[in-house]
Amino acid sequence: MNPAIRRVGLAVTVLILALVAQLTYLQVVDAGKLKRDPRNVRAQIRDFSKPRGQIVTSDGQIVAQSVKVDDEFEYQRRYPLGSLFGHISGYQSFTLGNTGVENVYNDVLIGRDARLQIGSLANISNLFAGKQTIGNVVLTISAKAQQAARDALGDRRGSIVALDPHTGAVLAMYSNPSFDPQPLASHNSTEVSAAFSALNADPANPALARSWRETYPPGSTFKVVTTSVGLETGTTTPATEYPSLRELPLPQTRTTISNFGGATCGGTLVQSFVASCNTTFAQLGLDLGEKFPPGTNQFGIGSPPPLDENPKAVPSQGPTAGTFATAAPQFALAGIGQGPVSVTPLQMALVAEAVANGGVIQVPHVLGSVTDTDAKVIRSAETKPWKTAMSPEVAATVGDMMRRVVNDPNGTGSAARIDGVTVAGKTGTAQNDGADGKPRLPHAWFIAFAPAEAPRVAIAVIVENGGANGTDAEITGGKIAAPIAKTMIETLLGLLQR
Amino acid sequence: MSPLSELAKTRRSSELVLGLLAAGIVVAGYVLVALSKTTNLPADLGLLCAIILGIFGVAHLAVRRFAPRADATLLPIAVLLNGFGFVVITRLDRDRLAGTSALAPVQAVWTAVGIGAFVLTLVLVRRVRVLGRYRYSFLLLGVAALLLPLAPGIGSEIRGARLWVRLGPLNFQPGEAAKLLLVVFFAAYLVDKRELLKAGSRRVGRLFVPDPKHLGPLLLAWGLSIIVMVMQKDLGSSLLFFALYTAMLYMATERAGYLVIAFGMFIGGATISYQLFAHVQTRVTTWIDPWSVSQGNGYQLAQSLFAFGTGGFAGTGLGLGSPQKIPAASTDFVFAAIGEELGLLGTMAVLAAFLLLIGSGFRIAMQADRPFSKLFAAGLTMIISVQTFVIVGGVTRVIPLTGVTLPFISYGGSSLLANFVLIALLLRISDETAAEAETPRPAGAAMQPANQARAR
Repeated sequence: MNPAIRRVGLAVTVLILALVAQLTYLQVVDAGKLKRDPRNVRAQIRDFSKPRGQIVTSDGQIVAQSVKVDDEFEYQRRYPLGSLFGHISGYQSFTLGNTGVENVYNDVLIGRDARLQIGSLANISNLFAGKQTIGNVVLTISAKAQQAARDALGDRRGSIVALDPHTGAVLAMYSNPSFDPQPLASHNSTEVSAAFSALNADPANPALARSWRETYPPGSTFKVVTTSVGLETGTTTPATEYPSLRELPLPQTRTTISNFGGATCGGTLVQSFVASCNTTFAQLGLDLGEKFPPGTNQFGIGSPPPLDENPKAVPSQGPTAGTFATAAPQFALAGIGQGPVSVTPLQMALVAEAVANGGVIQVPHVLGSVTDTDAKVIRSAETKPWKTAMSPEVAATVGDMMRRVVNDPNGTGSAARIDGVTVAGKTGTAQNDGADGKPRLPHAWFIAFAPAEAPRVAIAVIVENGGANGTDAEITGGKIAAPIAKTMIETLLGLLQR
Repeated sequence: MSPLSELAKTRRSSELVLGLLAAGIVVAGYVLVALSKTTNLPADLGLLCAIILGIFGVAHLAVRRFAPRADATLLPIAVLLNGFGFVVITRLDRDRLAGTSALAPVQAVWTAVGIGAFVLTLVLVRRVRVLGRYRYSFLLLGVAALLLPLAPGIGSEIRGARLWVRLGPLNFQPGEAAKLLLVVFFAAYLVDKRELLKAGSRRVGRLFVPDPKHLGPLLLAWGLSIIVMVMQKDLGSSLLFFALYTAMLYMATERAGYLVIAFGMFIGGATISYQLFAHVQTRVTTWIDPWSVSQGNGYQLAQSLFAFGTGGFAGTGLGLGSPQKIPAASTDFVFAAIGEELGLLGTMAVLAAFLLLIGSGFRIAMQADRPFSKLFAAGLTMIISVQTFVIVGGVTRVIPLTGVTLPFISYGGSSLLANFVLIALLLRISDETAAEAETPRPAGAAMQPANQARAR
């Protein structure tokens, strides 16, 4: 019997070796693929059952923190400030995945960031003390500035983005309506699904981070871009005279572009800028022609701003390169921020920043610093240039024109004047059509920076459909958006003073 | 009792050292599970040490007393696998669903009961060939045990398979006992008939083809397997019985022709059942492609494969993975839980332990003097072999999934009890062989030591 037993034993050994081969395949060869399969939730579970760092505002308010609970995951994310930082922080959701800072800085928050690991290794006793290597994210935004933005918008739909023009740090970024991330971070997937459906069913679309995810026609605020590109390319000068016109006929068509309220408007470039003449800037758009699109690209239009948020910032649209020969009227419309131009509030804040910062646009960011559990700063946000929009000289010229918009007696932005602080800005009133194709009330825009001589704040404000029809329309931006910008600048400068 | 012989002394001290080593590994695993969540040693560490040393100690002393010359490796490996399984079950308990009860304490009790049965087997079964005398009683008991879950009133169906018998608060699987009972019968029967079965075959070319009239028993075993599969929807046991009987038939007769015929019958049976039964089709289709049904029928297998992949080479670490995502992680899929948290290193270690156990079993079979002991030992070893291959192959997608327990590791009292009895029987055979080699023997058996030496 022994030979047969030996053969059976051998056969069993061969079968077990087949298992060895398959295990080697699963656990070594195919392991990476299995690990990353989206249906494999193990990595998420691991992140969920660990303590997680806090997200705090620059003034020390807790935006997100983990508290111990008695369930499968052991830790529950709490968002004490609710909807105030909803878009910024995003949520940590097992069911939906993480968004916002919770997504972008996940590695920091769970302690997987290399710098945290090294810091922890340097102090070997941490290993034995069971000390956590998690990191906290300190935002560039203060709770006070964010609250001011929310208060300024009130119940109007719109968005406010304020930046530090020298560093690209986001000082405030709020869009109304917002949402409370708390229900989405629930561990009960039924609750999460219900909250998510309700959020998406809301016609006001509170889940949308309008500041960096929605584009609007910028209207006259875009004249800052048109002017800068015109000056930069030598297509125009501040003293170039433009005829006083009631309307400008558009080539290739029988239509015209008229000034607001049918007014006659013109003069030098500077005068046209201060009075926001459509005819002048439509003409400049035509004069720029194919030089226009690359000029707008210098401002970052056409590229998604590298904001550290999730979902990522969407790119803004300018005039389309290579279409001037066939679609010249689009360039005229682009000159006044209509037609093909569609921008995010963030992009317009970056335009203001470019003028304020000598032409350079810094990478915008909401991360101020990463701290460890002892509140020691492990890493600070770096200031990195993103785009060079124009030369410092052009920036100074355009900046002066913006100063006059607010401070000249006939300037459209006088509502943004602040005692003791020189504000430079540009109003905008953007015509737009609803989903039904019918015109809706114009958007009210204002972009600005202050103090004009040594800028510390660059800001963009939009109130969706905030204007009135008829003759009041032209002053929509100045009347609705400029006061909001004024309040925000006052608040931010007050906070920065301290 | 006479003082232990040199062989017995060597073997028992080896067993003691190996057993302590195994206990050490188990305790280390237990500590690791606790340290994965806290910085403190488990509060009941002393208790665990006492229990594991107590369990091993009792078993070791029983072997020392009742089977002193027996193989030194079986008990330590059994303790290692069982203890390791306990660690994994403890770990799975920690992340169990709310409202479910902890399994580890139950498993601990069953381990103690298993050791009791182990000792009792060594005490009661002093000569293994005595068992062969009651072959038909064992056959009856075995078939009865196998069919017991079908009895109305006491039989109960859990997760689609009707394997359980419920008696008051006790829930057990008589199929686990049936395996052992039937191996006794198979061994005795085949040893009786092996000359007949050998002679009754004709040579066709290089192959001996069994005479059709001797295929009766094979057909009977096949029929029994089909009944188990159809009535109880238990593919695993069905496969196990058929493979067990076929292997034993081959080992008894050394006629490969039986293997060929049995393989043909297996293919036939498998094809017919694939055509007829939806649950068989499901198993095969999810085996071929678990991914397209990863949220349905393939969920369990997909989770198992994710677990192995996530574990990778070194594993996530004990207590640091998410094996609770795999349904039935403590029973059929315990190997996937090990694969996730201990990686390829862990799965290889477990397979190596099984290979050592199986190797020892076959060695005992080859060294045994009497045909019955040989075949019995080989049959017992085949139970472990087939179960290990069927379940590990199932959870790693080498073969379609059929639910059987991973011997000693999976949660389950009946299985644990049967496996400890199985080990006791192997030890008994090993001890008998060594005892007979030591005592001066009549001339008729003089050839055996030489045979034994060769077998080594």
